[in-house]
Amino acid sequence: MTFSPAPGAAPVGRMLLAQSVFETRLLLRNGEQLLLTAVIPVVLLWLLTAAPVFDTGRYERVEFLVPGILALCVMSTAFTSLAIATGYERRYGALKRLAASPIPRWTLLLAKALTVLVVEAVQVALVCGLGLALGWEPSGSPLSVAALLLAGTLAFAGLGLLMAGTLRAEATLAAANLLYLLLLVLGGVVIPLDGFPDGLRSVLGLTPTGALASSLRSVLADGDGLPFGAVAVLTAWAVAGLAAAARWFRWE
Amino acid sequence: MSAPPAVEISALVKRYGPATAVDGLTFTVAAGTITSVLGRNGAGKTTTIETCEGFRRPDAGTVRVLGLDPLRDGARLRPRVGVMLQEGTGFYPGARAAELLTHLARLHAHPLDVGPLVDRLGLAGSGPTPLRRLSGGERQRVALAAALVGRPELVFLDEPTAGLDPQARRDTWDLLTELRADGVTVVLTTHLIDEAERLSDHVVIIDAGRLLAEGSPQELTAGAADDIIRFGGPPRLDLASLRAALPAAAQVHEVAPGTYEVAAVVDPRLLATLTSWCAANDILAEGLQVGHRTLEDVFLELTGRVEGSGSGPARGPGRPARESGPADGWPGRGERPADGWPADGAAGGTGPRS
Repeated sequence: MTFSPAPGAAPVGRMLLAQSVFETRLLLRNGEQLLLTAVIPVVLLWLLTAAPVFDTGRYERVEFLVPGILALCVMSTAFTSLAIATGYERRYGALKRLAASPIPRWTLLLAKALTVLVVEAVQVALVCGLGLALGWEPSGSPLSVAALLLAGTLAFAGLGLLMAGTLRAEATLAAANLLYLLLLVLGGVVIPLDGFPDGLRSVLGLTPTGALASSLRSVLADGDGLPFGAVAVLTAWAVAGLAAAARWFRWE
Repeated sequence: MSAPPAVEISALVKRYGPATAVDGLTFTVAAGTITSVLGRNGAGKTTTIETCEGFRRPDAGTVRVLGLDPLRDGARLRPRVGVMLQEGTGFYPGARAAELLTHLARLHAHPLDVGPLVDRLGLAGSGPTPLRRLSGGERQRVALAAALVGRPELVFLDEPTAGLDPQARRDTWDLLTELRADGVTVVLTTHLIDEAERLSDHVVIIDAGRLLAEGSPQELTAGAADDIIRFGGPPRLDLASLRAALPAAAQVHEVAPGTYEVAAVVDPRLLATLTSWCAANDILAEGLQVGHRTLEDVFLELTGRVEGSGSGPARGPGRPARESGPADGWPGRGERPADGWPADGAAGGTGPRS
């Protein structure tokens, strides 16, 4: 073989596609990540629909659970999974190595965003498909749902990147999993926030998970329009998280 | 050489807080050569290289790579430059070797075929194993392949042979020589003196962020202060009888177990005396080498002066320089361990043979 120089960058569209496909493939191959993003949401939806573990108040169980599980899906992909993957990429120098490659930084970030959206699309298809099979009858506008999912994704991604870019990889792993678990229980995903004391409930409603789960529920179960309060909460998290990540993210 | 230099570093200064990592460094890399930046751990090698790669912003001075500013012109420069990070880092932990290389190839316009590259670097056996589970040596080779896959005209390799076994190290040297033959400019850092000596067209010796010397290995080792004979044999020879046989001015030392040096005015008669003594004592002198200083001698002299002036950072346990490692550059001798710097804290101004 010859090493005679023939330098050149690939067209940027091809780099974007290659990076997105590469990251998506790595993610879908990772067992722990799949557990968080696919297995847990699907099993929770199925089990809790079948068995009356929590009182879901005025909602049918599946009607209550599908929006909450969709919020869990967004959290698992845009926060937990993104934080852990990025944390280890940083720890092993993958980000630094790519920074020395022809791919522009914005293309890399866009590829990460596309990866998250692709995984979320798979999750939404799984959860909604299972929900429909369990008798779920959604209402509300799909556009409102899409807007909420996008706002939630940005809110979680900012926090995930902030964590991945500032903590050690092991600390990110631990903290991201802990927050996933805490917000699964406390974020109105499977347990109605109504059951918590007033003060705690209003705080939990301001977490990205609480805001996303309750707003998805008001659209999908109650047929409300786009809940602007929740959008404002999620946008605030997104702006704060992404700005902090941009400010403090360390590439190595 | 009429081509413009591949790398021009001029009065480069880089500080981290109160510590000055690079302190007014100036050197150039001619296109088409192998240039080694040689220095101890902490000498400023990686900082220098990473400034060339656009990872660090100089506090003073300028760096030009292929005539471009690595920070301002990074987008134009990156497709043309291959980078191997230190310690074989720079990989996705869950990816496989061939997968990562295939991906990096897709970021380039005219990449190498990944299959032959994987074979060439002996990585075909790593198969589906994720990179985080490969050995350090395998990761080093993946990182080297990653630097080459885009067919760059210039590569920066940060300690490309650190942690490699002797055979893999020689294979890497062969590969780098091949790169040069194919017209790729190679800049590498190393703390292995024999690596710099055997491989490079040009050696840049730095210590405490400053240039100590540069030139070809031949230029650097020319002009020996003392003549010297080295040879290997059984350890713990009775040197008293050898000293008696040699002229009074000659100094004889066992510099490492089984490694001997005779410092004297070397002429044919002296050599004959030595070999006669060996014959009389039934010693087969191995790797007998006459005359020139090795790069290690030069390096220890140079860095010894810096140590002696008290400006170098404090370093490891103080032991006489020559007892901590066999002379490298010695034909047929074993490899120096990856981080086997001669302990030099106490060497100070005293040369190894004084």
